[in-house]
Amino acid sequence: MRTLEQTTQEVLDLATKHFQLPVGSLAPEDDFFRKLGIDSLQTLEMLSRLENHFGIELPDYEVQGVSDFKTLAERIQSRL
Amino acid sequence: MLDLSKYQSIGAALKDALDRFAGEVCLIEADRDREKERLTYRDFQQRAHPVAKALQDAGFAAGHRASIIMTNQSKWLISAYAVFFAGGVLVPLDYKLTPDEQWQLLDHSEATVLITEYPIWRQLSVSTCRASAGVQTVLVTEAPPNVELAGAKRLEEFRTQGEPVFVQRKRSDTACIVYSSGTGGRPKACMMTHENYLEQCVALTSLYPFWPGVRYLSILPTNHAIDFMVGFFGPFTCGAAVVHLRTLRPEYVREAFPKYKITYVSLVPLVLKNLQKGLQARFDALPQGKRRVFDALVAINKMLTRSQPRLGVSRLLLKQVHEAFGGELRAIIVGGAFTEPQTLQFFYDLGIPVANGYGLTEAGTAITVNDLKPFRADTVGKPLPGMEVRILNPSGDGVGEVAVRSKTVMAGYLNDPELTAETIVDGWLMTGDLGKLDEHGHLQLSGRKKNMIVTEEGKNIYPEDIESVFEGLPVKEFCVFAANYIWPKRSMTGERLVLALHLEQGQPYSDELRREINARNQRLLNYKRIHGVVLLEEEFPRTASLKIKRNVLAELLAELDGSTAVLPL
Repeated sequence: MRTLEQTTQEVLDLATKHFQLPVGSLAPEDDFFRKLGIDSLQTLEMLSRLENHFGIELPDYEVQGVSDFKTLAERIQSRL
Repeated sequence: MLDLSKYQSIGAALKDALDRFAGEVCLIEADRDREKERLTYRDFQQRAHPVAKALQDAGFAAGHRASIIMTNQSKWLISAYAVFFAGGVLVPLDYKLTPDEQWQLLDHSEATVLITEYPIWRQLSVSTCRASAGVQTVLVTEAPPNVELAGAKRLEEFRTQGEPVFVQRKRSDTACIVYSSGTGGRPKACMMTHENYLEQCVALTSLYPFWPGVRYLSILPTNHAIDFMVGFFGPFTCGAAVVHLRTLRPEYVREAFPKYKITYVSLVPLVLKNLQKGLQARFDALPQGKRRVFDALVAINKMLTRSQPRLGVSRLLLKQVHEAFGGELRAIIVGGAFTEPQTLQFFYDLGIPVANGYGLTEAGTAITVNDLKPFRADTVGKPLPGMEVRILNPSGDGVGEVAVRSKTVMAGYLNDPELTAETIVDGWLMTGDLGKLDEHGHLQLSGRKKNMIVTEEGKNIYPEDIESVFEGLPVKEFCVFAANYIWPKRSMTGERLVLALHLEQGQPYSDELRREINARNQRLLNYKRIHGVVLLEEEFPRTASLKIKRNVLAELLAELDGSTAVLPL
């Protein structure tokens, strides 16, 4: 079972790769709308990637209002 | 043509439709690639009646208010019908608002019943704002077994024996209270009458008809005026079916088109643009030879559809594109915000008409819609049947404020006669939008007169509604503005909010202050955030009661150079 820290790191790694950013440029507290310059639709696409990676289903309501990687990782962790 | 003249209310029109189309499919609900439910009109009635009966037995009567806060799903429509059947007034609220905002609007609307989903209730029930609202009955659907519901009842268990009694309403009675804004400031609760909806439904379906077998994909939130009309009332009065997706991930939305043979879908410009980007990337990836053939077919389609859409021809010529959309798509309805002409043209060239229009909640959804005779990407279409549109005080180029008069215009704002009197003058609704009518009667929008923005996601943001987040900021005074309100721009896209600051004597605009503004900005939902700061060295003009005179302050700010005055965060 992953720890929350591991899950958070994997979320950051995946977002870094998906948006082709330099390694280490994202932090858990970062607001992904601002930092990645993405809209709500692109966020949904990112969530699908995360679901595939973690092998879970994350209902849309679970991520409603979430805008930072740390909280997102917590929501994923609760479903692992 | 649809005739709703014999009906006095939404409930009466729906009741009749449920009987007439009893055997037709009315709802399909899917979660990812799994179909969860398929209901006929008869099934729908059988689900709604027990809820209506239980509401009546609980004392819910004509004119009582019930709010729905749900994602798009079958129980939204079933609950709404039960409320109308019992003669109630529906208060549809945005499920994306924060729990505090939702309680604030519940309080303002004086709703006594709330129907919601468990994940939403989980957050609502712990909000400290709960105590102030007068909601007596909370019905929660999809709650896991054995969970504590904090005073709420399970919607699935909310039923009593016997048949409900249908409650008649008059056309002039309020059917819905719809919030066009006001979560942080002065609520704008539009009182929409039964007549508003009945008239709008007839007008819209005269251009974009529904019939049994038509399938509408419901993606825009149903609390939104557009989806309420074309994703519920319109299709239901005509015996068509509505498809709900519980997950709005792009891949499942894409799959839904061919899987459910979608006829119509409504999208906000942001999603339409994204769809365009995806299609364009696929066309660009075609090998050179295939690309040439494809471009030639598009050119032929353009030529053949110049005067009007010819769906059969387009589906034949551009088979693969149309098959990706299920092969049955008749039009994409776009609304909620301004759509760029090149996006509209892109889809029309592929043989997929985009029903572009212009509307306001206050006007009963749509005011103008493109009638496709011929398609025009550069306008928002002609006024719908029954709509009178006037341009007030036009300037030399014909541009002025758009005013509307119609049976679809709301009765007024709830508990706000002053704002109602400012908005509806001698029967004309002042839209606050600027535009002109061309020689063919098409409306062209060119900017806003009012201090607000509309995002590409179709969200109306009023500066007053987000100011509370900056309360206590260590500055002398502040005020939020739509940048285009200060520096008028002939544009309906790329709208931004800015924070005007008047610092204390000798106070620098420090990094610390910037960080504080940023931190507060982050507390707002992403689409409500400000994009920059404007510094003013003068006192803000105020009224005798010390309220900021926003229009005078905007004039002062306008003296600054808009291209350099906005400091990034």
